Amino acid sequence: MEKNKLTWKIGGKAGEGIMATGLIFSQSCSRGGLHVYDINEYPSLIKGGHNTLQVRVEDREIFSQVKGVNVLIALNKETIFMHKDELTSGSGIIYDSAEVLDRKEFREDIRLYPVPLNNIIKEIGAETIMKNNVALGASIALIDYDFEIVAGVIKDTFKRKGDKIINDNTMVAKAGYDYLKKNFPNDFNYKLEKIGTGGRMLLTGNDAICMGAIKAGCKFYSAYPMTPASSILHFMAAQERRFNIVVKHTEDEISAINMAIGSGFAGVRAMCGTSGGGFCLMSEGYGLAGMIEVPVVIIMAMRPGPSTGMPTWSEQGDLKFVLNASQGDFPRPVLVPGDNEECFYMTQEAFNIAERYQTPVIVLTDKNLAESHKTTEKFDQRRITIDQGVYATASELAASDEKTFFKRYKVTENGISPRTLPGTKKGIYTATSDEHDEEGNISEEIEDRVKMMEKRMRKLDSFAKELKQPELVGPADAAVTIIAAGSTKGPIKEAMMMLEKEGIKTNYLQILFLNPFPSEKVASVMDSVRKTVVVENNFTGQLADIIREKTGKSVGRRILKYDGRPFYPEEIHREIMEVAHG
Amino acid sequence: MVRMIDINAIDKPNWCPGCGDFGILLALKGAIVELNIEPENIAIISGIGCSGKVPHWLRTYGLHGIHGRPLPVAAATKLSNHELTVFAVGGDGDGYGIGMCHFIHAMRRNIDMTYIVHNNMIYGLTTGQTSPTSEKGMRTKSTPSGVIEVPVNPIALAVSTGATFVARSFAGDVKHLQKTIVDAVKHRGFSLIDVFQPCVSFNHVNTYDWYKQRIYDLQAAGHNTGDKMAAFVKSQEWGEKIPIGVFYEVLSPTYEDELPQIKEMPLVKQAIDNVDISKLMDDFV
Repeated sequence: MEKNKLTWKIGGKAGEGIMATGLIFSQSCSRGGLHVYDINEYPSLIKGGHNTLQVRVEDREIFSQVKGVNVLIALNKETIFMHKDELTSGSGIIYDSAEVLDRKEFREDIRLYPVPLNNIIKEIGAETIMKNNVALGASIALIDYDFEIVAGVIKDTFKRKGDKIINDNTMVAKAGYDYLKKNFPNDFNYKLEKIGTGGRMLLTGNDAICMGAIKAGCKFYSAYPMTPASSILHFMAAQERRFNIVVKHTEDEISAINMAIGSGFAGVRAMCGTSGGGFCLMSEGYGLAGMIEVPVVIIMAMRPGPSTGMPTWSEQGDLKFVLNASQGDFPRPVLVPGDNEECFYMTQEAFNIAERYQTPVIVLTDKNLAESHKTTEKFDQRRITIDQGVYATASELAASDEKTFFKRYKVTENGISPRTLPGTKKGIYTATSDEHDEEGNISEEIEDRVKMMEKRMRKLDSFAKELKQPELVGPADAAVTIIAAGSTKGPIKEAMMMLEKEGIKTNYLQILFLNPFPSEKVASVMDSVRKTVVVENNFTGQLADIIREKTGKSVGRRILKYDGRPFYPEEIHREIMEVAHG
Repeated sequence: MVRMIDINAIDKPNWCPGCGDFGILLALKGAIVELNIEPENIAIISGIGCSGKVPHWLRTYGLHGIHGRPLPVAAATKLSNHELTVFAVGGDGDGYGIGMCHFIHAMRRNIDMTYIVHNNMIYGLTTGQTSPTSEKGMRTKSTPSGVIEVPVNPIALAVSTGATFVARSFAGDVKHLQKTIVDAVKHRGFSLIDVFQPCVSFNHVNTYDWYKQRIYDLQAAGHNTGDKMAAFVKSQEWGEKIPIGVFYEVLSPTYEDELPQIKEMPLVKQAIDNVDISKLMDDFV
């Protein structure tokens, strides 16, 4: 028997409450002190189509999904046949007993658990939609988990919908639980047991980004809905009155970034968020923020392109795009968090960087990180510092001439000029998208152009000097060194553990900043290790290209995946085995 | 008291001699003096084109942004610090062409700001192509055989889309324009002032004389600005007689009024170094 180590999966049509039920399961496991990582798959439509949520649970911290399903809840027949081959030996399928199945179509080591999902609903007189929770209850009985925890989560999940909804959902789940207990022997191979009281959060990357932004004092968020960034808009909007944030669903992404710029110009910590298509529309505004030196944070959650691509799936295909979007050169820090903790701490760091260097800052994620839930320790608020950068001092303002504009773009050694905000006496200036002089007057003179271009770009040099260098994690004498950025972190960590068990040592260099790029560190690591690979969710190996551009060095092997699905650790494991033995 | 000398910029405008933009700048400065608003409490947000340079020619805070986008920038500036008096400034190409989408949505929002459109019915800074307000048949560099489309009617659009103050004025009548700007700023809500602005270099049809022969003052004619249907009817007048003045004015809650987040103080003045997310984190346990 396998205890506290299983993968649970629910599938059905969109609109059947797959995500809601899956989340109740995830949260129930998390509250029992177990660790959860869940991953959703859904098409870009609202009703119909095929949706799944796959939840991996263990009693140690886990970082990604793995192959193999142990409990499959099939809310329709399609789900059974799409996913039965993912089941491991001794696994089971819970489905509506009204479906007539031919036992011969299933491997002998798979168990079938027909439960009268619809009939139970009818007997209780609950809404049809609740059959998902009948199945949930049955699965809790199958794995012998604590039903009371589940009932608690149901109560919290539906608390805004009133007692009747809470009671009905609890009742149907309990009925499913009782049915399975009564009609099937308690001999299932996979079991879960409560090991603590939890206390951990169940979060997506987007949730962590929003918490980071709110903690950082973000007071303005503007966005146009676009998967997988939309849940940031929903989160921020839900919290706008609690934390005094103005959240604006704009007419398009052009407006979203220009609003964030207007807010940043007024002195407020402002953020906007989108995916690749929306960022195409934001590109001109991105350059405006760079030119007029207005701080703004842009969350860019990638999905597969080109064009509409695969709206609800994952890819890391926009690395080069964000590094090169918009005309001209300007300082453009790009941060690439790889897990929930990094989403939280790096988002708040992005606000500090944006204000300290007075420039737009991109936080680059992808659907896999944005929407997958992971049990996460509470963040340490004491680690957060607010750095609003350099403002003009009272004496600088007093010395300012009342006839001219304030030297908002004063040339300084580190390129950073003291700011003033509208409303500040003697700080008056005009920010302009045209090239300008120190006062912000339009200028096309050679001297001004060169001076301002160098001043702006010096900010990036100043930033690069204080940038924390990435660390090589793992044994120094590793056979293979993995270099990667972003959400591949989870499956890479899991793959490294698998490899270690088989005696293959690997280490991992995670790139947290695409710009300024930690060129020296990456080059020195590549010089000192045996074999290198990149792991990337894109077709060309964009990170490997960037590494070559910045260091002149070529990565040994590009492990690439571009089918819209995130890496499974098993896939990375297999490829690294080849490299190690090759 | 704010004096003209307090808001004069040292640099002088580099518009073509005789450009209608001079009249608009003069009226804007006159209105600021008349309204007695401290220059540091004004933000003028402009787009691209000859009109985009307005913030450079007077001493207030300004943001000369990108083509067609002054309205979103101005809206967020106002929402972030609603103690400021915010103007958005653009041309007909900027606001009714590339920025049309923002124009319509800005009116729906009714944020308390004043939008001044330098409407010269031509693209000036790009040296004379058709604009969204060019009259049908007008020959320009981009329409050598004459414009095929009918022009946009910004007044009718504004009346129907939710603007709470809709006016038209003329750069050749600085007194009328100044009064209109003063009234627009005093109005609580989104104000549109579409300004006939002769382009002496590229529009040889809609000249100072052309306007002078046609325009008449709605207020002198006793127009009822509270009557939306009458405003719409007046917005359709074009040809021999063209009305200027306030077409429509209505008081309704501004966007800011509906935000409890900024009731006590502007966003920009709210402390950000003490945000506590403990309870928010608890919600996710």
